[in-house]
Parts: sequence; structure tokens; C-alpha cells
Amino acid sequence: MQVDLRQTDQALVVVLAGDWKLDLPAPRFERLVEDRAEGAAIRSVSFDASALGSWDSSLLTFLSQGLLYCEAKGLEFREDSLPENIVRLLELARAVPEQEIEPEPKIVSRIDRIGMRVIAAWDAFLVSMAFVGAFVSSFSRFVRRRFRLRWKDFWLVVQSNGFGALPIVGLIAFLVGLIISFLGAVVLQQFGAGYYVSYLVGYGMLREMGALMTGIIMAGRTGAAFAAELGSMKITEEIDALKTLGISPVDHLVLPRVLGLFVMMPMLTIYADFIGIIGGMIVAIAFLDLSTTQFIGGLLTPIVLSDALLGVIKGTVFGLIIGLSGCMRGLQTGKDAGAVGQSATSAVVTGITLIILANAVFDWLAVLLNF
Amino acid sequence: MKPAPPLEVRDLKMAYGGFVVMQDLSFQVQRGEIFVIMGGSGSGKSTLLKHLIGLNKPAEGTILFDGEDLSEAEGPARKSILSRMGVLYQNGALWSGLTLAENIALPLEEYTTLDAEAIGEVVSLKLALVGLRGFESFYPNEISGGMRKRAALARASALDPEVLFFDEPSSGLDPITASRLDDLILQLRDSFGTTIVVVSHDLASIFRIADRALFLDIKHKTMTALGSPVELRDKPPSDEVHRFLTRTSGDGPSPAPPQVTGRNALQSRKS
Repeated sequence: MQVDLRQTDQALVVVLAGDWKLDLPAPRFERLVEDRAEGAAIRSVSFDASALGSWDSSLLTFLSQGLLYCEAKGLEFREDSLPENIVRLLELARAVPEQEIEPEPKIVSRIDRIGMRVIAAWDAFLVSMAFVGAFVSSFSRFVRRRFRLRWKDFWLVVQSNGFGALPIVGLIAFLVGLIISFLGAVVLQQFGAGYYVSYLVGYGMLREMGALMTGIIMAGRTGAAFAAELGSMKITEEIDALKTLGISPVDHLVLPRVLGLFVMMPMLTIYADFIGIIGGMIVAIAFLDLSTTQFIGGLLTPIVLSDALLGVIKGTVFGLIIGLSGCMRGLQTGKDAGAVGQSATSAVVTGITLIILANAVFDWLAVLLNF
Repeated sequence: MKPAPPLEVRDLKMAYGGFVVMQDLSFQVQRGEIFVIMGGSGSGKSTLLKHLIGLNKPAEGTILFDGEDLSEAEGPARKSILSRMGVLYQNGALWSGLTLAENIALPLEEYTTLDAEAIGEVVSLKLALVGLRGFESFYPNEISGGMRKRAALARASALDPEVLFFDEPSSGLDPITASRLDDLILQLRDSFGTTIVVVSHDLASIFRIADRALFLDIKHKTMTALGSPVELRDKPPSDEVHRFLTRTSGDGPSPAPPQVTGRNALQSRKS
């Protein structure tokens, strides 16, 4: 790859020689001209390609730089001495696009950016509220028997979130029960109150951890699955096909899924509570020398029905949250290849955030109402 | 009083936010006609189709379906309009979780009072008409692309719609399968008198099936030609139409396209 400059009168001749390949370092046109022909009064740039060897996009890039340089400096770009195939490619490169793209208005100030974000957040909130409204309306129509629910989808959700979810929910609940019990054993033994570990495990699992952990697991498992499934349907125009038949995607797709989860979440919560307590009991028996009878006695005496009820109510509401956020994100999926993944991620993040928020609200209300 | 055309577009402007896709679109589709919307890639053909089938709302103008404005219709009125149209999407858009029979049965369950047995019979008939008898229990991912398109056509025509819309029916199909789909489109129109609106840039298909065609010009962001494809090819109103219909970039020789068009195409093919 060789390039040289020759000046004749007011014309600059760029002499191109040797092979021009992308794997060889190429000069930048403007730097070459400004370094070597500084101060020279030139009106045109032409080329001598008589010694040019083989070439690829490396040479075209160099010539394109020359073309832009000449346009910027008001110089004549003379390509008549270049090989014809190179001239044709340069013509293609500078062809005017058939459709002009209107540039996006530039946001200059920080206040503009903040304003845009606030508007986007408000729009997202309104869209979420509209979706919840559509769900409530759909549920109301279902109750009034205005349409037939897709029971097949409902039972599929019940199946996959019933028996299918038992192993993972059971494992996590068991480990959480163990952890609470270990924590209690360490702390309570210092005060000679190791006996109360069963109360801690029962109270913790029933009121908080059973529902919370089940919610988080199901948000990652089922919420993401709902988003991915509906997102794929959006991309393949299956949702559009429903709309053009006058069938509401909320009636047909969202309601059976959310109802399925709504029905299963309380049962999964009760199951998680039970397994968690067993996990805690194993630690208590092994490390605190408590008998099974002592553990169960210590559990049943202070625990009341409202403790278990609070957890089940929480689990039911978490089911609604997971189902709605998963389906909403799925229906909001974009059109590109990564959109389904983004929807699934967004469904999990939204679901978990709302679950923790709702849990805090429940606890606050429980304290207020002495529940 | 003259009956309203099945589809009429008046001064339509389509836009995404502030970006205008197309404007000043006005045309009528006559009953029993095969009307093709053509134009280059990115010219807004599919966007126009989405407006016609009510998925997008016009920025300005109206779209009348048998004289009723679809974009303004709500509730039962909207459902009534939608039940009179069928759409064949570019990739079929069959519901992947349902079998072919369930796909075709869904619109029947939604809009008719037929019992399960009667619906099953209609489903079998619709599948037989598109050459898919016996495929009732197959899922969409178990059949080929061409079969999926035909199954989607069976679903789109399940309610015997007055107007059928096709989005790029020949895309992704080999020439023989695409030609068979063209035959089906012609048969539907000839047998049922269905009005058919097709979005396409497949010249062979356009010249075979279209009675009239509309050209969307990406450069001027509006329609620049409306008429029979042969007339538009022989007397092109603009360079863009000429280049599109002769498949040239502007300076090469033009290949001779087929001569048979519209209503006579199927008859000619049979003879």
C-alpha cells in the first residue's frame, strides 16, 4: 500500500500504488493532504492509479474520505482516472437515499431530559393503570358470563404452578425455615429461651417468609414465563390476529393465566409454610435438643389463625401481582430479537419490586389493625 | 340509493408520533374485487393494512367499512365490523398453543351459536378447502410454512367474511406454493364473491390476481397510481411506478411480465 502526492498547477494528484487491503494500515486522506500539501493553493484533487494493485474496502474508505474532504473544502474531486469499477462503487456510496430520515429533535438541556423522563414515567403509569382497568373489566365480564374463559389455559397454569412448582418452592421454603431456626438458635440460646425458636419459625414463616419467598420464586418462574409467552405471540402477530377478530387479548390470554395463579398461590403459600416449619423443626431438634412435641407445642400455643391467614392473603395478592406484571410486560413487548428477553426481565423486576412493596403495606396495615 | 363500497378510504394520513408515513390517501375497493396495495419495501404498505383492519388509528381521515367508520366504532358495533373481515398475516399468525382445528374453531365459537359438532364440521370443510383435510389435530409448528399460510387462510375465511385482507401472502414461499396460494385467492373471490385486499410487492402475483392496484410512493409519501396493473405498466404515471412494475432500477432493459390479470387469471390457467 503506497500513496504519494504530486502537485501540478492548482491540481493535487494522489498517486495510488501497490495492494490496498483492510488488514494493512491505511492513511487518512485529510491528514495526508494537510501534512504534505499544506499552504499549497489547490482547486482540484485527481488520482493516478496506474500502479495500483489489488484492492478492497480499504481503498474505497480512503477515497470516500477524499470525497468528503473535497466537499468540505470546496475542491473538485476528479475520479476520471480511477478504474471504472471503483468509480461505480463511489457513485453508489454517495447516492442520495430514497427516503430521507427526519432527524430526532435534540434534547439539549438537563431540564428537558428530566422532563422527558417524568413524562415517560407518567405515561408508563397510565399504561399500567389502563391494563389493570382492562383486567378488572374483563373479570367483571367473566363473572357476568359475557364470554367463555379459555379453561384449557387456566388448567395449564394451575398444573404448571401446582405440581410443577412444588419442588423449587419446597426446597427454598425448607432452606428458609432452616435459616430462621439457626438464627433463632444462636440468638435465643444466649437468653436461655431456645424453646421459643418454634414460635420464631412459625411466626416468621406464616406471616412473612412463606408468602414472600413463594412470591419471589413465582415471579422469577411464572411471571417471566408469562411475559416470554405473550411477548413471542406479539412478535408473531398472534395478538394482532386476536384483535382483528374482535377478541380481547385480556379476556383470552391474560384472565386465564392470572386466575390460574390467583388460585394456586394461596395453596403454594400454605405448602411453603408447612415445609419451612419442618425445616426449622429439624434444626431445633438437632441443635437445641428440643423434642418434636416440645417444638409443636411451642408453635401452636402462641400462633393464632390470623398469622396464617395474613400469609395466605399476602400470597393471593402476590399471585395477582405476578400474573398481571408478567402479562402486561408480555403484551408490551417490542419487535426486535431482544424484546422478549427484555420483557421477561422487566416482568421479574416489576413483580419482585411490587411484591416487596405490597408486603410492606400489608405489614403496616397489620400493625395498624392489630391483625 | 347506491350501496356503500365494502371499503373506502378518505384523506387518510398515517403517522407514528410526528413522523408521517403516508398522507392524502383516498380510494374505494369495489365489491368482489381483488385490490392490491403495492410499493417498495418500507413504503408503508403493511402500515396501511394495519389501519384498514383497525389495529392502528388514522392520524387524519376516515376508513369506512360498508359505510361504517371502524376507527370510531366501539363495543358490539366494532365486533360486528370485525366479524365481517378476515386477515391473513404475513407469517400466518396461527395461535401456536392451539391445534389447526382449534385455530379455525375460535372465531366460530366467538361469533356463532353453533354446537361443538357443527363447528367441527365447518372446521373440517375449511381445512379441506385449503387442501389440509386430516390436519385438524396438528399444531402450527408441526407443519410447513406453506401449509401454515393455507391453514391461516382457512382461519381467516372461517366466518365467510365479506372482505379478506392478505399481508404479503407469497413472502417466504417457493414460486409453486406462492402460485397455489394465488389460485386459492382467485377461487375465494370467484366462488364466494369475497372482496380481497392484498398487500404485495410480488410482481408475478400482482399481475396474476389484481383487478386494480394502488401504488404507494415512498418518496412523495402518498399514492401516485391507481388502476389495473397492466394499464399502469403500459402507461405509467410516474418513473417510480414504471420502475416498480418493470422491475428495473431505471436504466436497464425491462423483462416482459405476464399478460393475464385479475378476473380472467384462474380461467386462463385452467384452460
